[in-house]
Amino acid sequence: MSWTLHSSAIALAAAALAIAASPADGKVEGETIVLGAAISLTGKYSTDGVHAQNGYEIAIDKINEMGGVTVDGKSYQLDVIYYDDESTPARGAQLAERLIQQDGVQFMLGPYSSGLTKAIAPVTEQFGVPMIEAEGASRSLFTQGYKYLFAVLSTSEQYLRTAIALAAEQAEADGRDPADLKVAMAFENDPFSLDVREGVLEDVNKFGMEVVVDDKLPRDLADMSATLTKVRALKPDVLVVSGHAKGAATLARQVGEMNIQVPMIALTHCESADIVGKFGDSVNGFFCPTQWAETLTYSDEYFGSAADYDSAFKEMFSDYATVPYQAAQASAAVLVWKDAFERANTFDVETVRQSIADTEMDTFYGGIKFAPEGNNIAKPMVLRQIQDGQYHVVAPTEWAATKANLSFAQ
Amino acid sequence: MLGNLSLLYLAPTLNIQLLLDGLFVGAIFALAAYGLALVWGVMNLKNLAQGDFVIMGGYIAWWLGTQGVHPLFGLPVAAVVMFGFGWLVYRVVICRVVDKDLFTSLLATFGLAIMLQQLLNLLFGPDTQTANAGFETLFLFDNQVTVTQIRLISLVLCLVLALGLVLFMKRSRIGQAIRATAQDPRAAKVMGIDTDRVYAFTFSLNAAICGVAGALVSMIWVIQPFFGITHSIRSFVIVTAAGLGNLPGVVLSGIGLGIAEQFGGFVLGAEFQQAIVVGLLIAVLIWRQIQMGRHRQVVQ
Repeated sequence: MSWTLHSSAIALAAAALAIAASPADGKVEGETIVLGAAISLTGKYSTDGVHAQNGYEIAIDKINEMGGVTVDGKSYQLDVIYYDDESTPARGAQLAERLIQQDGVQFMLGPYSSGLTKAIAPVTEQFGVPMIEAEGASRSLFTQGYKYLFAVLSTSEQYLRTAIALAAEQAEADGRDPADLKVAMAFENDPFSLDVREGVLEDVNKFGMEVVVDDKLPRDLADMSATLTKVRALKPDVLVVSGHAKGAATLARQVGEMNIQVPMIALTHCESADIVGKFGDSVNGFFCPTQWAETLTYSDEYFGSAADYDSAFKEMFSDYATVPYQAAQASAAVLVWKDAFERANTFDVETVRQSIADTEMDTFYGGIKFAPEGNNIAKPMVLRQIQDGQYHVVAPTEWAATKANLSFAQ
Repeated sequence: MLGNLSLLYLAPTLNIQLLLDGLFVGAIFALAAYGLALVWGVMNLKNLAQGDFVIMGGYIAWWLGTQGVHPLFGLPVAAVVMFGFGWLVYRVVICRVVDKDLFTSLLATFGLAIMLQQLLNLLFGPDTQTANAGFETLFLFDNQVTVTQIRLISLVLCLVLALGLVLFMKRSRIGQAIRATAQDPRAAKVMGIDTDRVYAFTFSLNAAICGVAGALVSMIWVIQPFFGITHSIRSFVIVTAAGLGNLPGVVLSGIGLGIAEQFGGFVLGAEFQQAIVVGLLIAVLIWRQIQMGRHRQVVQ
């Protein structure tokens, strides 16, 4: 008897799950399409989380102002339910479940960071809810076979590849064989930075460059002097470093203090560590990759050019001196939702998912076209150089307004 | 690895650089560790919020820096503010758990650590910060060895402070009271020492020492609300290796670990720096065990 009870309880639960998970029309209340997002408004990612939220908000305002989203001849406004995930993956996953099961959301925007996206993606996948995310770059997000996860940003292994390509290009211009270049690498021992390292290593091997230092920085040590002492002794041509804001700040500080002379120093997280503001002249010449820059020549019908987006954003959020790319890519994710809804012309979740997968559009943030794995393959990473305290786009050379200040001549 | 070793042999100045860096790093770690040894030895309290006190001190110096006060002048302010904060924490939290079992005090200080992290995060945001002391770098041996003045200053400060603490503990009345309480709290009480006050003072003194260490950390490295754990772990390793109530031991083991870390990082790669620290700790513990085994035999 108890067994029957038990099994019928399981059957009931399974039925309930099946109902919850069964494909249905997405959440549309009257004339409003409701998106959902768990985002880091407090905790360690809160600075970037707020950037992302502001990016979502400005795009939603813009779309609503321009007449909203037209589906089946009817115009709908966009709205988002936000929850604060407190920068913790477990909370993010819980909130995603709450958005889907309790609030009935069927269309999701992503959280901030790869870690949170990694925690939420299995939930959206389980319930068959499409999520367009803009802040999770880790390559490992796109090797899991997820069907409902789409990302508008370039994946992490792309971050510093442009730097190696530029080094090879410059070496040839200076009459040297790229294979003669010596590369020193220091990457933090975390999934994001190791992805960046993979990309760099692939290109370093492609050009036949020699790796003379390959250090992995511990997560909690803010001292790079041992690695930099090695760099000074081995005199590499290129130094590439990725270790989040802490790594960028430590490198910038210690390169200046230890007077390390390397022709090319490329690192991630220059802006989030505010190395220009903190270390001034000593960081001139550093190369920093970015997902987006306001000087790029991309444009779209919503915001106009990248520069127009920049000024619209500063107008709406007056306390920003520069617009972080985290905000720009969040806005781009909202634009993809609008475009996908209109092409699908229905709120049937499966049709909308297919429509997202077929996306091929130009935005102020760059081209957007998803690989079968869900990552954006239409937009390159751009490389900027700090010259006189300003960031200038220097690579890929076809988008670059400024020439890199770089020479490998012996 | 062999390549790196031969580099050290071919370019001896590299050894000097690594030794100096280790010395500077170690001295600051030793400072925070000594504070921990104090509360551990006197109150039998394992303060898991030790590193967060350090970071808080760093934020005080950094914040004063943004207000136009040179971080070096911010240092005594950090010490005083942290002393007051330590007193407050003792009165609100620690005095209730100090005579409870180990688990209670561990939980309480762990909770304190989380509270402090979130408080700093709310007040100053999650970005990494660094206080700019604006000192120059000294170039030695044909520019092969670099020493920043601020590191030199911090080393001197650490040594002066350590010396001051030793004298204070040996000579002053309250220092003697602290040592008496550490030896036997009941006997100290019978002799008329107000052990509660001694505990409060010890805990506050520890917080003040952390404040100084934090101010130096903010000028030499970077601070962030969640970086406290690094300093906590480091302090625990140093104190465990050196033993309680042994200031020269703490200073030596701090500096020794700093140097070992630098050489290890150079030869094996930065990823092994921490493994080396923990490996050394295990070696010290095994060695101690053997020594104590011998000692026991003698007693028999």
